[in-house]
Amino acid sequence: MLELKNINLSFGSFSISDINLKLDKGDYFVLLGPSGAGKSVILELIAGILKIDSGGVFLNKKNITQDKIQDRSIGLVFQDFAIFPHLNVEQNIAYPLKIKRWSKELVRKRVVELAKQMDIFHLLNRRTTSLSGGEKQRVALARTLALTPDILLLDEPLAALDVQLKKELRSQLRKLHKQGQTIIHVTHDFEEALLLADKVAIFNQGNIIQQGYKNDVFAQPRSEFVAHFIGVKNYFEVTKTAQEWIEVGGKLIFTCNRDKVTDNQPIAIMIHSGDIQLSKFEEGKKTEVNTFSGTVLELYSAYRGFELVVDIGLPLVVNISQKQLLELDINEGDKLNCYISTENIQSIFETA
Amino acid sequence: MYKPKNINLIFAFFSGLVLLFILGPLVGMLLDTPVSDIFDAGIDNDVQKSIGLTLGASFFGTLFFSIAAIPFAYLLARKEFKFKRLISGIIDIPVVIPHSAAGIALLGIASRDSLLGKAADAMGFSLVGHPAGIAMAMAFVSLPYLINAARNGFEAVPIRLEKAALNLGASSFKMFFSISLPLAWRSILSGLIMMFARGMSEFGAVIIIAYHPMTTPVMIFERFGAYGLKYAQPIALIFIAISLAVFVFLRWLSGKNAHA
Repeated sequence: MLELKNINLSFGSFSISDINLKLDKGDYFVLLGPSGAGKSVILELIAGILKIDSGGVFLNKKNITQDKIQDRSIGLVFQDFAIFPHLNVEQNIAYPLKIKRWSKELVRKRVVELAKQMDIFHLLNRRTTSLSGGEKQRVALARTLALTPDILLLDEPLAALDVQLKKELRSQLRKLHKQGQTIIHVTHDFEEALLLADKVAIFNQGNIIQQGYKNDVFAQPRSEFVAHFIGVKNYFEVTKTAQEWIEVGGKLIFTCNRDKVTDNQPIAIMIHSGDIQLSKFEEGKKTEVNTFSGTVLELYSAYRGFELVVDIGLPLVVNISQKQLLELDINEGDKLNCYISTENIQSIFETA
Repeated sequence: MYKPKNINLIFAFFSGLVLLFILGPLVGMLLDTPVSDIFDAGIDNDVQKSIGLTLGASFFGTLFFSIAAIPFAYLLARKEFKFKRLISGIIDIPVVIPHSAAGIALLGIASRDSLLGKAADAMGFSLVGHPAGIAMAMAFVSLPYLINAARNGFEAVPIRLEKAALNLGASSFKMFFSISLPLAWRSILSGLIMMFARGMSEFGAVIIIAYHPMTTPVMIFERFGAYGLKYAQPIALIFIAISLAVFVFLRWLSGKNAHA
């Protein structure tokens, strides 16, 4: 469907290099990266707003690198919606249709159809300056979808919305996706990727670091950056491996599932912060394998329960419930045992 | 001890002085001129013709030159090119040079020996001493007001709106006329008003291009020189009143458009 081949582009001090992406029809592709990484640039070059220095953009196997913006059949919804302030809602949605010289009746019919689909029919005569963020977003979507683009590009579509509106718009986007719309969605929020994407690409400083099916990328983050970006807090690079153990950070030795270790050389291990069991530290008491004692460096409330940072030679982030916290009577500075079962130590490999 | 009220009082005092400086001479002239003299000047055919010529020349000069000035302002607002700073400086030259010098410079290109003069000659008129020449002189000194206002207006239009229009299928021309121009229109209108107002009050450049037919500022000067203050005051008052009326009307119109 869409393919970016070896794209290079630089302007000023910013550059993107050797970008390769492939999307199939009907994909929901999320480009995930921190602010200022150049994600929006990717959308603008796909749309044809920016000209690339080298490489190629292919849509349905046709090279569209040199095609004009107007001829690409790629719709872009800007982060700030780019609603035309001098036109009302109806005129905004009708704008691309009037450009294409549709008849008045057809324009009206299509506008009504889109407005109903986006649930903004009651707003058609409103001035756009009086709309809320969520309403503007829907108007922008309706306007972009008016000419049924092959690909819909969304630049941080949920960034400016509150929690409730985010939920509503996510549901709208899922609906669009189910109807077969191919979507590329740019965001800095990994939760959006988690909730919407089929495929993801992790992007940083002008480069794609990792891409693939969402479940694969999220299960096998191949760098600390990717791991941290998708919410993994305990990601340790492997410094040595043997049949039955893995050394991480040059300090800690984890006993591991032997098959996984020997089949392929792991580059890192990942431990979910909820998969760590805590117990009181008792001097001289023998502990199981993969039990590490350490001091609580930080303790703070988290999305669910509490989060602790325990220094076991490396900082280990642990999530516990309020009940556990009270039972163990944990305070900052306390010494604890952290146990990680071998099944919960996930090895990350160079190749899947 | 710092007292904000004191500073406000001092600033209000200075503001009053400035206002008095602007209004004092005008009110003084109004009080000094008998109503009968104003009436007589108002029904004077020469005065009426002169006011018509002044408003007309400035209006058409503004209209004609805006056709090129507005796209020029758009380029300055949107594009980066070599010598842009130099070109921006050139635009402001008419504001900073003496207007009589501007008139002399214009005379050079408007005289019968010049290319422009010959072209006008071929069309059956001479730019020197012609309303077209007057319009040209007025536009020369007032064009920077339009270009700068329009440029500011275009710069204030978010570039994303233009990108969105292109993405929605608009050609660059369509984008300019449907998005950039309407959104910058308030500033452009303001620039047009300033250009028109500044043009019609021009004296220095106009008197060198055309003593006759007489624009009102030239006529005020001529009546003052030939007959004295008493004869110049009524025309000056009428012209000020008309200028103010036109200015207020156009401002009202631009404000109305902005809120439409």
